[in-house]
Amino acid sequence: MNSLRSRLIEWLPAAIIIILLIVAWEVLVEVLDVQRWLLPPPSVIFVEILDSLGFLLRHTWVSTTEIALGFSISIVLAVLLASGIIWSRTVERTLYPVIITSQTIPIITLAPLLIIWVGTDIMSKVIVIVLFTFFPIVISLVSGLRSVDQEMVDMLRTLGASPWQTFRKLMIPSALPSFFAGLKVAAVVSVIGAVIGEWFGSSEGLGWLMKIAGGQFQTARVFAAIVMLSILAMTLFAAVVVVEKWSLRKYPPTATRVIRLGD
Amino acid sequence: MNSAPQINHLNLETINNPLLSFLGVGFDYEDASILEDVSLTVDRGEFVALVGPSGCGKSTILNLISGVLEARSGSITASGLSNRADRLGNVSYMQQKDLLLPWRSVAENSRLGLELRGVSNSESSTAVEKLAESFGIADELDSMPWQLSGGMRQRVALLRAVLPDNPVLLLDEPFGALDAITRSSLQQWLLNVLDTSNKAVVLVTHDVDEAILLADRVLVMSSNPGQISAEVKIDLDASPHDASVSTSSEFIELKKHILDLLGNHEVTQ
Repeated sequence: MNSLRSRLIEWLPAAIIIILLIVAWEVLVEVLDVQRWLLPPPSVIFVEILDSLGFLLRHTWVSTTEIALGFSISIVLAVLLASGIIWSRTVERTLYPVIITSQTIPIITLAPLLIIWVGTDIMSKVIVIVLFTFFPIVISLVSGLRSVDQEMVDMLRTLGASPWQTFRKLMIPSALPSFFAGLKVAAVVSVIGAVIGEWFGSSEGLGWLMKIAGGQFQTARVFAAIVMLSILAMTLFAAVVVVEKWSLRKYPPTATRVIRLGD
Repeated sequence: MNSAPQINHLNLETINNPLLSFLGVGFDYEDASILEDVSLTVDRGEFVALVGPSGCGKSTILNLISGVLEARSGSITASGLSNRADRLGNVSYMQQKDLLLPWRSVAENSRLGLELRGVSNSESSTAVEKLAESFGIADELDSMPWQLSGGMRQRVALLRAVLPDNPVLLLDEPFGALDAITRSSLQQWLLNVLDTSNKAVVLVTHDVDEAILLADRVLVMSSNPGQISAEVKIDLDASPHDASVSTSSEFIELKKHILDLLGNHEVTQ
C-alpha cells in the first residue's frame, strides 16, 4: 500500500507537467485562433484517434511487425559482431571500420536506394531499422565485454576454465548491464527507423500514414499517428526494462543504482 | 567441457619426487627481472610460507606455479605436471582478493571450479554443502556476495579454491583483509583442515606471526630481483593450536630472527 502510494507520488510531477502542457496547448490554440489544419488542439486529435482507431491500429500493427523483426535481427547481428570483435584482434580491425563507416552514411539517404534494391515489401523497412539499431547495441556490448577484470579472468583460468567457459561464465554476465543500456537506446531509435523506411516506399504503416495524411493537410491524423508511435516506442522501451530487471535481479544493487548529485 | 589431466593416480616416478618443485626459475616483466634463480620444493603434507618486502615477487611465484604466468627459465612441476597449461585447473589457488562473481550466490560461487570440470550441479552442490559447515558459511549458501562481510567472502573464496581437491594449494595473503579475530580463528581452522589433508601448501604473507604459526618452513625473500635469501625451519615445542603459542619465548625468538632477516635486506637494498 505504502509503496504504491510512494510510486504514485514519484510519477506525479511527470503527470502534472504533461497535463499542463496539454491544457496549455488546448487553450492557446483556442485563444490565438490557430487554424485547425495548421495545429489541431489535443481534443480534436483525441477525437480523431477514437474515430479511426481500427484504421490506426492496423497500421500500428504493420510498423510493430517491422520493428519486432528489425530489432530481433539487430540483437543477433550485434551479439555476433561484438563477440567477434572481442574474440579476435583481426576481426576487430576488419569489422570496426566497416561498422563505424556504416554509421557515418546518413541512413535516411539509403532508404530510397533500399527500396530500389529490395523492393517495397517488409524487408526494406527491416533493413533500415537494423541499420539504425545495431550500432548502439554493438558499442555497448563491446564496452561491457571489455569491462572484465584481468584478475577475474586469471581466477577462472586457475580453476581450469577454457576460453569459451570464461566467455560464457564471466564475460557475458559482466556485459549484461551495459548490453541493456544499448538495447534501450536501440528500442527508441527503432521506431524512427520504421517511420523513415515507410516514408520512402510503402503502402502501409504509421510512417506511410503520416506522409499521406500530411500531404492532404489532415494534421489531426498526423498527430494521431505520432501518438501511436510514441506509445509504440514507450511500450518497447518498457519491455526492455522489464527484461533487464529480470535478467539483473541477482546483481548487486550498485549495478542498477543511480548515482545522483542533486537531491 | 574441460578435459583436466587425471592427477589422482600419480605414477611411481612422481611419488618419489616432491609434490611441488620450483627449480632455478627466472621471470621478467617488461624487461625488468622480477625473479632470478628462485628454487623451492614442497613435499606432500608440508606447509611453506613465503615472506618478504612488497614487490619482491612473492605473488609472482604463485602465479607461475598455478600456470597463470610462464617462466622465462627454470622448471616448475606441480603434482607431476611440468607443462604450464596443464597446471591450470590442477593447482588450487586462492588469490588475495576474493574475486567472487557478483551475480552468483555463495553456493554457486563455491562450486565454480567443479562446474568448470563438468561436475553436475547436484553433485557439486552436495560437495559444497558437505564443507559449508566447517567453513562457517552453511547459513549463507543462498546469500549473494554483496550481502556478506569481508571475512565471509574470503571463506567462500577459499572453499572455491579447495573444492576441486588438488594436491597443491597456494594461498596469497588469504587473511590479509580480515580483522584480527576473524583472522586468528580462520588460521586455526586452516591448521585443522590441513593437518589431515596431506597437501603441499605455499602461503604468501606479510604477517610473520601468521607464517610462524602456520608453516613448517618460512622462506625469506629479498627484492630486485626477487630471490630467496634465507630459510627458517619452524619447530615449535608448543602446539600451534595452543592459543598462547604466539606469546611463548621460542615463538618470539623465531619472530625476531625472521624480522632480522627481513630488516637486513631492506637495509642492504
